[in-house]
Amino acid sequence: AEIGGVGSTVRLRVRVEGIVQGVGFRPFVHTLATKLRLAGHVGNDVSGVFIEVEGPVETVEEFLAALRRLAPPLSVVDRVATEPMPPTDTRGFAIVASDRAGTAATLISADSATCADCLRELDDPADRRYRYPFINCTNCGPRFTIVRGVPYDRPLTTMAGFPMCPACTAEYHDPADRRFHAQPTCCPDCGPALVLRDAAGSPLPGDPIAGAAGALRAGRILAVKGLGGYHLACSATDPEAAGRLRSRKHREDKPFAVMVPDLATARRLCEVDPVSEALLVSRAGPIVLMDRRGNGGVAGPVAPGNRALGVLLPYTPLHHLLLRHAAGPIVLTSGNVSDEPIAYGDTDAATRLAPIADTFLTHDRPVHVRTDDSVVRAFRDRPMLLRRSRGYAPEPVRLAWDTPRPVLACGAELKNTFCLARGRHAVVSQHIGDLENYPTLRSYAEGIEHFRRLFDVTPAVIAYDPHPEYLSTKYALEHEVTDRVAVQHHHAHIASCLADNGHPGPVIGVAFDGTGYGTDGTIWGGELLIADLAGFTRAGHFAPVPLPGGAAAIRHPWRMAVAYLDSAFAGAPPDGLDLLRRHDGSWRQVAALGRGGLNSPPTSSAGRLFDAVAALIGVRDTANYEGQAAIELEQRTDRAEDGAYRAGIEPGEPLLIAGVDLIRAAAADLTAGVAPGIIAARFHNGMVDAIVRACAVLRDASGLATVALSGGVFQNLLLLDRAVSRLSAAGFEVLTHSRVPPNDGGISLGQAAVAAALDRA
Amino acid sequence: MAHGAGGKATQTLVESVFLRRLGNPVLDRLEDAAELVAGGARLAFTTDSYVVSPLFFPGGNIGDLAVNGTVNDLAVQGATPMFLSAGFILEEGFAVEHLERIVASMAEAAAAAGVQVVTGDTKVVQRGGADGCYINTAGIGTMVPGVHLSIASVRPGDVVLVSGPVGEHGVTVMLARGELNIEADVTSDTAPLSGMVAALLRAVPGVRALRDATRGGVATVLNEIAKAADVSVVVDEVAVPVRPPVRGTAELLGIDPLYVACEGRMVAVVGPDDAQTALDTLRSHPGGEQAAIIGRVAADPPGLVLLNTVFGGTRIVDLLVGDPLPRIC
Ligand SMILES: [Fe+3]
Ligand SMILES: [Mg+2]
Ligand SMILES: [Zn+2]
Ligand SMILES: [Zn+2]
Repeated sequence: AEIGGVGSTVRLRVRVEGIVQGVGFRPFVHTLATKLRLAGHVGNDVSGVFIEVEGPVETVEEFLAALRRLAPPLSVVDRVATEPMPPTDTRGFAIVASDRAGTAATLISADSATCADCLRELDDPADRRYRYPFINCTNCGPRFTIVRGVPYDRPLTTMAGFPMCPACTAEYHDPADRRFHAQPTCCPDCGPALVLRDAAGSPLPGDPIAGAAGALRAGRILAVKGLGGYHLACSATDPEAAGRLRSRKHREDKPFAVMVPDLATARRLCEVDPVSEALLVSRAGPIVLMDRRGNGGVAGPVAPGNRALGVLLPYTPLHHLLLRHAAGPIVLTSGNVSDEPIAYGDTDAATRLAPIADTFLTHDRPVHVRTDDSVVRAFRDRPMLLRRSRGYAPEPVRLAWDTPRPVLACGAELKNTFCLARGRHAVVSQHIGDLENYPTLRSYAEGIEHFRRLFDVTPAVIAYDPHPEYLSTKYALEHEVTDRVAVQHHHAHIASCLADNGHPGPVIGVAFDGTGYGTDGTIWGGELLIADLAGFTRAGHFAPVPLPGGAAAIRHPWRMAVAYLDSAFAGAPPDGLDLLRRHDGSWRQVAALGRGGLNSPPTSSAGRLFDAVAALIGVRDTANYEGQAAIELEQRTDRAEDGAYRAGIEPGEPLLIAGVDLIRAAAADLTAGVAPGIIAARFHNGMVDAIVRACAVLRDASGLATVALSGGVFQNLLLLDRAVSRLSAAGFEVLTHSRVPPNDGGISLGQAAVAAALDRA
Repeated sequence: MAHGAGGKATQTLVESVFLRRLGNPVLDRLEDAAELVAGGARLAFTTDSYVVSPLFFPGGNIGDLAVNGTVNDLAVQGATPMFLSAGFILEEGFAVEHLERIVASMAEAAAAAGVQVVTGDTKVVQRGGADGCYINTAGIGTMVPGVHLSIASVRPGDVVLVSGPVGEHGVTVMLARGELNIEADVTSDTAPLSGMVAALLRAVPGVRALRDATRGGVATVLNEIAKAADVSVVVDEVAVPVRPPVRGTAELLGIDPLYVACEGRMVAVVGPDDAQTALDTLRSHPGGEQAAIIGRVAADPPGLVLLNTVFGGTRIVDLLVGDPLPRIC
C-alpha cells in the first residue's frame, strides 16, 4: 500500500492470513500496537485476523514489520495484505468481537503438547490448576481434535459444554493473560473432570490418576482417553502385561510405542540423536522411532525382534501426571482391536475396549475428530514422517506452486489420508487408516465433509487412484465434481516426493512399494519413472513375476519366494532349500498357480522381492502386519558386509531389472551355507546397486541428474541411506521424504500436486 | 470388453447398453426371472446362457448346469418351473459322445426338477468359433399363488440365510481346468432348488426374497439386496458355511469363498419371526442340511454389506468391479 509522507498520520486496514486463530495472535497484536502507541482494533473473522491501525507512518511500518517477525510461537503467517483508509483520529487499541460472516479460509492449528508455562502451573501447589489434567493455554493444548467448525471459538469446539467460571472468564478476557481467548481455557471448577472406571463402567473411588497408575503397576491393562481418541496402556517393563495386551488386541507382532516420563529415560532406552531429540520435545509430540540401546528394561513383547523402538514423551497434562505416578515407561498403543480404527467416542470405547482393558481412565471432554499419534524417524539431518497425524494435521503442507482450482485428492486404500489443496496450501488429513474397515470408511467420508466445511473448500477437481477396487476410488467416482483426474499410484508417490521438496521435476523417480495399480492393469511396485508433476513415462521396472493367489501372496511371503524361485530356476529350483521343505505339501501348487495365472496377476513389486528373500533365507514365511517380512529382513542384515548381488539390467524402454538374479544369487549362497545376515546384506546392497546403475542408464538417456526416492520400501533406512550415499557419490541430486510419508500416507499429496499441475497446463 | 467376472462391470454394461435401448417396466426390475401375466395366469420367464470351461467337472457338466441354472432362476422368483427350451451352439468337430453325455445329464436334471424341455435349436459354428459347446436355456413357470418375492422388500431386522455351504461349484471348476494339479475333495453343488423353494414357501409364505448365488457368489447377491432395498446386510464371518476342502482350496488360490459361484445354493431373506422356521425347513430338506443363518439386515449404512470378522472387526464386502486385485500395499 501507498503510505503518506514522513510524519503524517495514516490508517491501514490489515488482513493477516495463515494459522492466526487460537494461537494468541490478537493479544500479540494488541500488545504490539499498545507498545507502539498506535490506535485501532483487531479481531478474528473466517479468513483470519483483521486489524485497523492508525498512527505516524514510520510507526505503522514498524508495526507491520514486527507483525511477521515477532508472531506467537504456534502461529504461521502466510499473507499480510494492507489497504489505506482515512484516519479517524480515535485513541486506544481494542480487541473486537469475532465476525462470523463470509467464507472460511482460516487455518486450524494442530493439537500442541503442553507448554513449559502450563507444566510449571501443573506442578505449583499454589496454582489454582495444580495437578489439573486439562490445563492448557494459548500456546498449547487441544485444537484440531476439538474443533467442530470455524471461526475457532469456544461454542464451535467440544468445550462448548463447559461454561467458564468467573476466574477463567477473567483470564479469557484479559489481553495481558496467557489464556486470553484461549478457547479450551478451564480449571478444576469449570472444566472437564477425570474419572476412573472398571471394565463394566462403574466409577472407582479415589484419585483417578493414582488409581490408574496403580493399575499399571499391578500389570493391568488401562484404556486412557487422550487427545485424539483412546489408547491402551500397560507397564512397558512387565512382559506378562505386554503379552496380555497383545493377545487381547489380536496384535501378534507389530511393535508397541512406549511413553517415557522424560528425555533422560528416552536416552536410557534409545540412541537419541539431535534430530530425534528435537522431535521428541516438539509441540507435535510424535512417536519417534530410534535405535534401541540393548533392551533398556523394556519387556520382550513390546517390540519383539526390533532394532528400533517408538518412543514418545507425555504430551498432555493427563499423560504427564500419569507417567509421574506410573513409575517407569508404559506401552501406549491405539485403543482398538487388531486393525480397526481407534475408539474415540466414549460409548464406543466402553463397548469395544471392554474385552481388552481392565480399567478405564476417561473424561468428559469429547473428541470431535479421531486422530492417531504421528510416527516420525530421523533420517540424516531431517525428520521423516512415517505417519502424519496428531500434532501435524491439519496444518497445510506449503506448496512451491499454485493450485488454481481447489482439489480434493482421495488418497490410497491403506494408510489412507486425503488432501484438500487450494492456492499454495495442501491440507493433508490426519491418518485415516485402512478403508475396508467400515468405521474407517465412515471417518473418511465424514472427514472429507468436515475439512470442506472447516476450510470452506468446494473442490472443482477430484484426484484419485485408478485402482478399480480402492474404496477411495469408488468414493471419487460417486461424487459430483467438475473434473476428475486419475493419478497412477507410483506417479503419485513421486509427485508426493516432489511436493515434499518443492521441486517441480522432471526427475528420475524411483517408486518402490508393495503394490499399486499399473496403467496396464498389472500390479506395479518396483518402478523407475521419468516424471514431472504433470506426467510420467515408465522408464524401467523389475521384470514381473506372478503374485500367486493375489493378496494371499502378500500375507504369505513364502509364496513370493516360490514364485521367484519358479521364475529364477525355470520351474526346477535347487534341491535342499529349507523353504521348499517347510512347504513341501503346497509349494508346487503355488508355483503352478502362479504359472497358470489364476488369481495371480504379474507384479513388478520391489516390496514383494524383499518378502521373497526374507522367506527364502528363513526370516519369515507369513506376515502378521504390513511389511513385516521386509522389516525383519532389514533387522537381520549384517551391516559390516559390503558385498552385493548383481541384478541384470536389460536395456530398453522400459528397461528391465532382473530380480530373479538376486534370488538366484541368494539361493546359491544359502546352499553354500552363507549366513542369513550376510545374504540379507548382499541383497540390500544389490538393490542399491541396481537402483544406481538403472538411474545412470536413465541419466544417459534423459539428461536428468535428480532422483526422487519414494514408496513404502524407502522406510527401510538401510536401503535409503545406502541408496542416497551411492547416488550422491555418482553425482545425482537425491530427493527424499520429510514432511509427508514415503508410504501410501503421502499418496493424497502427490495426487493433489499432479491435479494442480494438469490444471495449470 | 472386460466384462467377464460379473459384478459391477457387468452391471454397468447391462445398464448402459441393454436397459437404455430395451428397457421396459418388466425388464427394468432386473429380477432373476420376469414376472408376466398372460392369459390370466401369473408366469415367470427367464433365460440364461452357459459357457463353462471345462464342460465336464466333478459333480456335473454343462448340461445339468444349463437345466438347474434356469430352473433355479424361476424357483427363486417364487415360481414352479414347468417348461424349458434348449439352444445349442456347437463347435465343428465336437465329439458326439460328449454331446450325448451332456444331453443325458440334462434329461436327468429335468426329471429331478420336474420340468420338460419342450423346444430347442442347434447351430454348428466353424472350428474356433466356439469353445466346444455352448447352451442357452429359457424357462417358464407358474407363480406360486400369493407369493411375492422381491429383494426390494427386504427391511431392517430381517434375517439372512444360505441354503448350504458356499463356493463349491466355482472352486470345483477352477480345479477342473487342471493347470494346478491340485487334488481336492470338491464337487460342484449344481442342483435344482425348486423342491427346496416350494417347501420353504409352504412353511414361510412371507419370505421376503430369494436369490440363487451364482456368478459373483453370495457376496454379490448380498450387495444386490443391500442396494435394491437400500439397507445394510451384516454378515457374521464365522456363520458362513464352507466345507473344509473348499476353504482349504480357496485359501490356496487366494480367493474368498463368499465371492465364488454356487449353482445349487440360494440366499433367503425372511422376517425375524420366521427365521427359525425357515432354517428348520431348509435343514430338513435334502441338500439343505448345512443351511445357516449368516446375518441380519440393518438400516445403516444403506447399500453396504459388512462382514463381522473373526477378530471383531467390520470389513466392507464390496461388489467387485472386475477380477479381484490386491489392494494391500
Ligand atoms: Fe504405494
Ligand atoms: Mg440367470
Ligand atoms: Zn500452555
Ligand atoms: Zn474455571
